[in-house]
Amino acid sequence: MAGQTLFEKIWNSHVVFEAAGQPALLYVDLHLVHEVTSPQAFEGLMKAGRKVRCPDRTFATMDHNVPTTDRSLPITDPDSKLQIEMMRKNCAHFGVRLYDLGSREQGIVHVIGPELGLSQPGMTIVCGDSHTATHGAMGALAFGIGTSEVEHVLATQCLWQAKPKSMEIRIEGELGLGVSAKDLILGIIGRITTDGGTGYVIEYRGSTIEALSMEERMTVCNMTIEGGARAGMVAADQKTVDYLRGRQFVPTGRQLDALAEHWLAFRSDPDARFDRSLTFEAPSFAPQVTWGTNPGMVSDVKSKVPDPASFNDPTQRRAVELALDYMALRPGTPIEDIRLDRVFIGSCTNARVSDLKAAAEMVQGRKVAPSVRALVVPGSQLVKNEAEALGLDKIFTEAGFEWREAGCSMCLGMNPDILRPGERCASTSNRNFEGRQGAGGRTHLVSPIMAAAAAVAGHFVDVREWTK
Amino acid sequence: MEPFKNFTGLVAPLDRPNVDTDQIIPKQFLKAVVRTGLAAGLFYDWRKQPDSQFVLEQPRFRNSSILVARSNFGCGSSREHAVWALADYGFRAVIAPSFADIFRNNCLKNGVLTVILKPGEIDAIFAAIKQHDNYQLTVDLPAQAVSDEFGWKVHFEIEPFPKKCLLEGLDDIALTLAHEREIASYEKTHPVLYRF
Repeated sequence: MAGQTLFEKIWNSHVVFEAAGQPALLYVDLHLVHEVTSPQAFEGLMKAGRKVRCPDRTFATMDHNVPTTDRSLPITDPDSKLQIEMMRKNCAHFGVRLYDLGSREQGIVHVIGPELGLSQPGMTIVCGDSHTATHGAMGALAFGIGTSEVEHVLATQCLWQAKPKSMEIRIEGELGLGVSAKDLILGIIGRITTDGGTGYVIEYRGSTIEALSMEERMTVCNMTIEGGARAGMVAADQKTVDYLRGRQFVPTGRQLDALAEHWLAFRSDPDARFDRSLTFEAPSFAPQVTWGTNPGMVSDVKSKVPDPASFNDPTQRRAVELALDYMALRPGTPIEDIRLDRVFIGSCTNARVSDLKAAAEMVQGRKVAPSVRALVVPGSQLVKNEAEALGLDKIFTEAGFEWREAGCSMCLGMNPDILRPGERCASTSNRNFEGRQGAGGRTHLVSPIMAAAAAVAGHFVDVREWTK
Repeated sequence: MEPFKNFTGLVAPLDRPNVDTDQIIPKQFLKAVVRTGLAAGLFYDWRKQPDSQFVLEQPRFRNSSILVARSNFGCGSSREHAVWALADYGFRAVIAPSFADIFRNNCLKNGVLTVILKPGEIDAIFAAIKQHDNYQLTVDLPAQAVSDEFGWKVHFEIEPFPKKCLLEGLDDIALTLAHEREIASYEKTHPVLYRF
């Protein structure tokens, strides 16, 4: 028998029922819930008179809709307020644990899962949010689902799933100075394109991935969905065990030793076969900046805005024309000449302590350009507290950044943190779709250090020259 | 869910690839706490521009029930509101060369059929819409076929399980609860691994 992939091992150990010609019924170990994609699911349960099957495997927080300003003030938007109140009511009614506003553990759902030690290797993890892929960094099979599926998991703790195909992406060698995990994943999406992973689960492997910190692996797995794959994963290793040790929901002592053994067994066998395999060399990646309206429209910082005429496929050419029109960019413009109005450091992609630390180092002793308004939104209240203990908030505010409470904030602009029409933003988030950060706003995706340097310069700069 | 019935409907062309769910329904409409009434938010930013030429703003496409688009339709956010908005507007089928995985699942849960055709077949539909006012297609799910009144007909693939769910309008929660014995036995042998 051929060896199994990490994905197959997790899949096979979670099949509750399967029959020929239909998807498998898969057990869900951990269900994370947030306020935006859950009200209709709870409503469905209520109407059908069903209950939450496993409240002990269900955890909720509020992140998408929440203000990042003073939390002692009432929420002004009545719709946001209603959604937040619904979440409270639903969690109380169905017995689901909630990290509410004001809780010291509140934060972006994909930041708090690993941080609290809830997301563990070998688990199946779902959430009504496409960036659930993040938790794959823990060696878990984690993917986003729609609200009907949220309701299904709440009611049954299971999901019907057609088995996806498997892809390995191997990265070998050392990333250059100033080239981060964000540049790596943006570069990968640029190469496989925004739907290159559709129908697949991706396992990231190779010496470059092994060398990444846990938080860097989260950044890589997080954006897997931007390449079309619902789940990205990295096999657990000693780094994973060390990361989890001591976290709130992780057992201790001998229990942890036994569990760690179980965790480390979840890795692809040497003779495992993938449906597709790709290999890239780490030194071929440079700092990346997106110029278009999907994350696959990305270039090295040293390059220029592409010419639509250079695309052979008419549909692609048209897409690039529309993107450049929306972004108000002329073909041939050097990326470094693009001037910015706003900088956003935050989101489930890049708002962990290591991200904030790296960005703070770039701005220490410098000032945000007078034409730029810059914002730092920590990924969770625990991240915020730790960053403040390190004095990062002071570095940011002295440089001219605003320092906020935790939430999704300007990544998707459901709260008051949005771009005005025509404003151009360097953002550490994950989506540069039209209007994503505010109707008419123009988003360029970059790493935290690229965003920090751009805030100071007022335009994009190659951080490799700054770090010299 | 209502069972899916064969139908003939007006086709609206959306000639771009990678239409993401942020475009299908922007963030401000995600504050809804019910599944209904979301048509108002459908393609909001494209429809609400001054002098918008967006397809659904053109009187001839106002009553469309089939949307045809390019590859990777529905990419990005998992928001099921995108499907609720399409369905609320009156769309019962979307035709494209490929769909994002989560969007496709969400469609199936709401009785909206996603039809995958070859890029050349999609080109033919775009061309036919240019040629004929009021261009309509007939969607036949049991036969897995899309056809027009001029004799053009193509076959499409769909997995047997989602096809059955659509045709019978199955409530898959009830379906799953019928497996209670298997679920309970799985739970007995697989305890929760984290600590409370």
